[in-house]
Amino acid sequence: MSRIFKDPRLLLLIAIAGAVVAGLSADKMNPYYSGVVIDIGIAIILAVSLNLINGHTGQFSLGHAGFMSVGAYVSAMITLALQKSIGPAALPWAFLPALVAGGVVAALAGLLVGVPSLRLKGDYLAIVTLGFGEIIRVIFQNVEAAGAASGLSGIPRLTGLTWTFTLVAVTVYVVGCLVNSTYGRGFIAVHDDEVAASSMGLNPTRYKVTAFVIGAFFAGIAGGLFAHHKTSITPQVFDFMKSFEVVVMVILGGMGRTAGVILAAILLTLAPEFLRAVAEYRMIIYALLIIFMMIARPQGLFNFERKKKPLAH
Amino acid sequence: MIAPLLELENVTIRFGGLVAVSEVNLRVGDGELIGLIGPNGAGKTTVFNMITGVYQPTDGKIIFGGKPTACQKPHVLTKRGMARTFQNIRLFGSMSVFDNVRAATQLHRSHGIRQALWRGRSHQTSEKEVEDRVLELLEVFSLQDYRDELAKSLPYGGQRRLEIVRAMATQPKLLLLDEPAAGMNPSEKEDLMHLIEFIRKRFGMAILLVEHDMKVVMGICERIAVLEYGRKIAEGTPKEIQCHPKVIEAYLGAAAV
Ligand SMILES: Nc1ncnc2c1ncn2[C@@H]1O[C@H](COP(=O)(O)OP(=O)(O)OP(=O)(O)O)[C@@H](O)[C@H]1O
Ligand SMILES: [Mg+2]
Repeated sequence: MSRIFKDPRLLLLIAIAGAVVAGLSADKMNPYYSGVVIDIGIAIILAVSLNLINGHTGQFSLGHAGFMSVGAYVSAMITLALQKSIGPAALPWAFLPALVAGGVVAALAGLLVGVPSLRLKGDYLAIVTLGFGEIIRVIFQNVEAAGAASGLSGIPRLTGLTWTFTLVAVTVYVVGCLVNSTYGRGFIAVHDDEVAASSMGLNPTRYKVTAFVIGAFFAGIAGGLFAHHKTSITPQVFDFMKSFEVVVMVILGGMGRTAGVILAAILLTLAPEFLRAVAEYRMIIYALLIIFMMIARPQGLFNFERKKKPLAH
Repeated sequence: MIAPLLELENVTIRFGGLVAVSEVNLRVGDGELIGLIGPNGAGKTTVFNMITGVYQPTDGKIIFGGKPTACQKPHVLTKRGMARTFQNIRLFGSMSVFDNVRAATQLHRSHGIRQALWRGRSHQTSEKEVEDRVLELLEVFSLQDYRDELAKSLPYGGQRRLEIVRAMATQPKLLLLDEPAAGMNPSEKEDLMHLIEFIRKRFGMAILLVEHDMKVVMGICERIAVLEYGRKIAEGTPKEIQCHPKVIEAYLGAAAV
């Protein structure tokens, strides 16, 4: 990629311009379709950000729905409060700051969860992050200010195609630029061999925590977009199944392959829309897909990178 | 007298009941090429692991560049100027040959997240510098033609050489090589040893070399230390070691078992 387009900043600008044009033409679009397209955008942000943690850095996090919920609640509480005080007219201006605030609080949560990742590996880390997600959910379920079990409703519908795809572009840009730099090779080095990475002067802890913080930030942004798209949220929406869905996208896309992960996010969001049967048995199908994939295509279902011929020995 | 680059003082490590290394003393001066030999299980790799901070000695002191290394993590010690290769090759398997070396140049760079995201002029200049340096190192080890291949797909000897290149990319004052010629045929071994002598002169670093092949070690090392069952049983010039009764006994003993 980087060889074709020398400057990724140009790509980012083009993508944002595309998002703006898409947003302008959205009025003519059937709202059902534009809704699905926004769902896809949110799924891409979730999958690409989790890919930084699980794919590139090789940590097994099951907490993405937890980070997402933090961003959703924080941003929704901000815009709901502002709606009362400054009225709906000025709200669009407050949307981006509210999203970012949600992302920042989610990033702090990521820091909190990232720290145990210094000590835990594989299954143990998965269990800790899973526990974190559930704890967050239980907290929201019991906090009156967050609407307790009935959640928040009447959230202003601020999420449109423009914001969604601008933020998709930013997410892909940030993760892509980070990983495709000398600094960013450290994430992959930690993924490949932690002992070797630290022997080359790279601090594995630092990289892991950084991955968690940045991944959680964008999960929080996705949560904010989600809340202002659906206009109501409950703690149940952000349960373990949501995290699992994102994990499936990353695995099927081929851990660490951004293009594959984006494709997986698109297909897995579309499938339940078109096939009602798929929607009902989604989790079973996901589980079967993963088992099939581990046997037949361990490099990822949507990872079409040309296999290199091994050199002669 | 100037303090040596590396000094081990009565270094001991126990794993449960097993004393893997016992009261070892060793000095490596700037630019020296020292051999560390001994039969299988003698504790050579364990000594490396203690020097580089992978293990903490149970007893004794390790001093590097005049300062103790106690409780410092491997990545901190690498920044202080030591680098190693692994006996059981530990390359970054999912990365290209080029990227394996590139990752090892990061430790002395000031560029991090901010520059990677901003992608300004200084980022490009710095990345270009990294590229030039990596290619220069790959060329010294005749690996430049493989730069875009996966590290895993290199032939065995190439992987061993890549491990050395990667370690050198951290710009060490002390390079620790753990059986760099293992699995090579005699002529490959010969070439590698000349290469090691060459890089030591060209880049001016000290080398601590673990190697089983006596002929090779005798050929290039200035001084050799011999371990057996975790103890240092002899140290001296290759000539002295060759006719040291304890060394002959250790090796004949090992061969007889
Ligand atoms: N982490 C560990 N836990 C327990 N025992 C260990 C550990 N690391 C090394 N040992 C033991 O310490 C002793 C020395 O092992 P070491 O690997 O240092 O030998 P070596 O001299 O490098 O041998 P070789 O020539 O086979 O590489 C062995 O008996 C080994 O089993
Ligand atoms: Mg060994």
